[in-house]
Amino acid sequence: MSILVNNQLRLVVQGITGNEGLFHTQQMLYYQTNIVAGVSPGKGGDWVLDGKVPVFDTVKNAVEVTDANASVIFVPAKYTADAIFEAVDADLDLVVCITEGVPTMDMMRVKEYIRTKKTRLVGPNCPGILVPGEAKVGIIPGNIAIPGNIGVVSRSGTLTYEVLYSLKKANRGVSTCLGIGGDPIKGMNFVDALELFEADARTDAVIMIGEIGGNDEELAAEFISRQMTKPVAAFIAGASAPAGKRMGHAGAIIEGKSGSAAEKVAVLKSVGVKIADHPEQFALII
Amino acid sequence: MKLHEYQSKNIFSKYNIPIPRGRIAASASEARQLCEELGGRVVIKAQVLVGGRGKAGGIRLVKSPEEAEEVTTQILSMRIKDLPVRKVLVDEAISISKEIYLGITNDRVKQRPVLIASSSGGVDIEEIARSSPNQIAKLHIDPLLGMRDYQIRDIALNINLPRQLWRPFGEIIYALWKIFVESDAELAEINPLVITTDNRLVALDAKIVLDENGLFRHADLADLRDIDGEEWAETQGRKFGVSFVKLDGQIGCMVNGAGLAMATMDIIKHMGGEPANFLDIGGGASSEKVAAAMRLILADANVKAILINVFGGITRCDEVARGLLSACDQVKPKVPIVARLVGTNEDLAKQILEGSAMVYVDSLVEGAEKAIALVKEYQQ
Repeated sequence: MSILVNNQLRLVVQGITGNEGLFHTQQMLYYQTNIVAGVSPGKGGDWVLDGKVPVFDTVKNAVEVTDANASVIFVPAKYTADAIFEAVDADLDLVVCITEGVPTMDMMRVKEYIRTKKTRLVGPNCPGILVPGEAKVGIIPGNIAIPGNIGVVSRSGTLTYEVLYSLKKANRGVSTCLGIGGDPIKGMNFVDALELFEADARTDAVIMIGEIGGNDEELAAEFISRQMTKPVAAFIAGASAPAGKRMGHAGAIIEGKSGSAAEKVAVLKSVGVKIADHPEQFALII
Repeated sequence: MKLHEYQSKNIFSKYNIPIPRGRIAASASEARQLCEELGGRVVIKAQVLVGGRGKAGGIRLVKSPEEAEEVTTQILSMRIKDLPVRKVLVDEAISISKEIYLGITNDRVKQRPVLIASSSGGVDIEEIARSSPNQIAKLHIDPLLGMRDYQIRDIALNINLPRQLWRPFGEIIYALWKIFVESDAELAEINPLVITTDNRLVALDAKIVLDENGLFRHADLADLRDIDGEEWAETQGRKFGVSFVKLDGQIGCMVNGAGLAMATMDIIKHMGGEPANFLDIGGGASSEKVAAAMRLILADANVKAILINVFGGITRCDEVARGLLSACDQVKPKVPIVARLVGTNEDLAKQILEGSAMVYVDSLVEGAEKAIALVKEYQQ
């Protein structure tokens, strides 16, 4: 097994006719991901990618016809909140939102709305989910990881690829790689991911890639000390970032003293998490 | 995107938040005239997009038009935290009996907007928040429901606001929340909100920071951007679609992805070097973009070596390598470049860069070591 994505996956791609959507749908299909439908308002009835994927006007339509249970979102930022609401209202189990640049106020409304819903949201501004050798939902390059027993969860994109690739070079495999995204307001966080990895029979150890800002890593440390039996190793990016400077990700702002790399590292160490000095080191310490 | 105080006050006034009478002036003679119109006692306030104006001498009370002219001349010749002062706000002087703090921002921990109020407003609000957190009242706002009256009464009670001011206080809070939501703000702040000697509430200062990601909804607000008032690198970065923050070291960094960019800076520091900047070139790596990023890095004379770290996933390493070569042709950098391209087609990339002036390395550790060694070589 893996987390979030398994052989029951029936994926719909929201924004399938856009450049990004179409390109990555092709990539996901190469990886044998079970894509059952696409959604693009106004283009219902079309088929894309040589007639492989039917397009619907609404998620609800797509679900009625194809029994889709998950979606991946590539729609532009200005329509993203609406796309998430649509997926949640269609009762999908999983929504993975790749789009970056979603207004914070939109995400706060989404976050408030999904508190009482069954849908799990991953992202926005995330690379998605890769189950090496089986499926990918999102944009993580399929060729940079091999199947194995290490779970990877990360707030970053290319930094995650870096870690996956160095694991692959050391012949270490990954059970599931989950990119939760770098935005301040997002769906799943580290604790949610660790909970799933702890319960996943295929995962024996977890790598967590964090970043300065927020308190996700601190909450994760608390969870690890209380409930986690599997070993966890971590890297926190941003030790050299000056306080108060904004480093690209809206999320990476140091608020006062809290949220600094040093503080996160200290808290994680105190609960037995092994800390990597740099991203290429994981194969040696896990 | 930060707004100037006068721009923020214009917005306040549209939402009926009481502000002092006043106007913007770009010259000493204009300030003198405004001072006359406003009755002779005014506050001259430098308009720059950084905090700490008051402490830098950029906010001055004057008592005559002549003094207004003189002080404005001084302020307009100042640089505050390296930013030139091009305009001043001339506000009528207000007799203050008490200063309050009021602000709305996003709390990423609670994943909700938060209203913060304190009975001790003014320049030391952050110090107060640290030393006496009990003087700070907080209200997390449901973004779907907004605020309710009783919550505002609760805040008023919490900061010991006189009862006769509860109603105008509530109106100001509602207006501030409306501004926050309707302009996609990250921060809407009044510091200080004053109780005047004749018992009115007036917003003496105004600070609005907008969510860049929300600007597409607000063409009118996007037009308020003061490009001359922003830091040069910030403006340049936005122009070329790269995210850039200048630092003080000697090793320029060019990386794709914010997390990887930070990790690259971290490893340089970890191995004893100093990064000169944070630079995320984002997705893709066309030669135009790489060239623009290179120019941005080289504009800093401190830079003695450049470390390029690109992970090729969907963008293949060989494409990136060609982009790098062509960018070097355009920019002709005089400092050594260490390149590490990893991921899809990295072997091809290595072949392409062989024979070029670039130093090709396989690992990040090696790249950082090499860049640090090159800086040392330069210094000797």
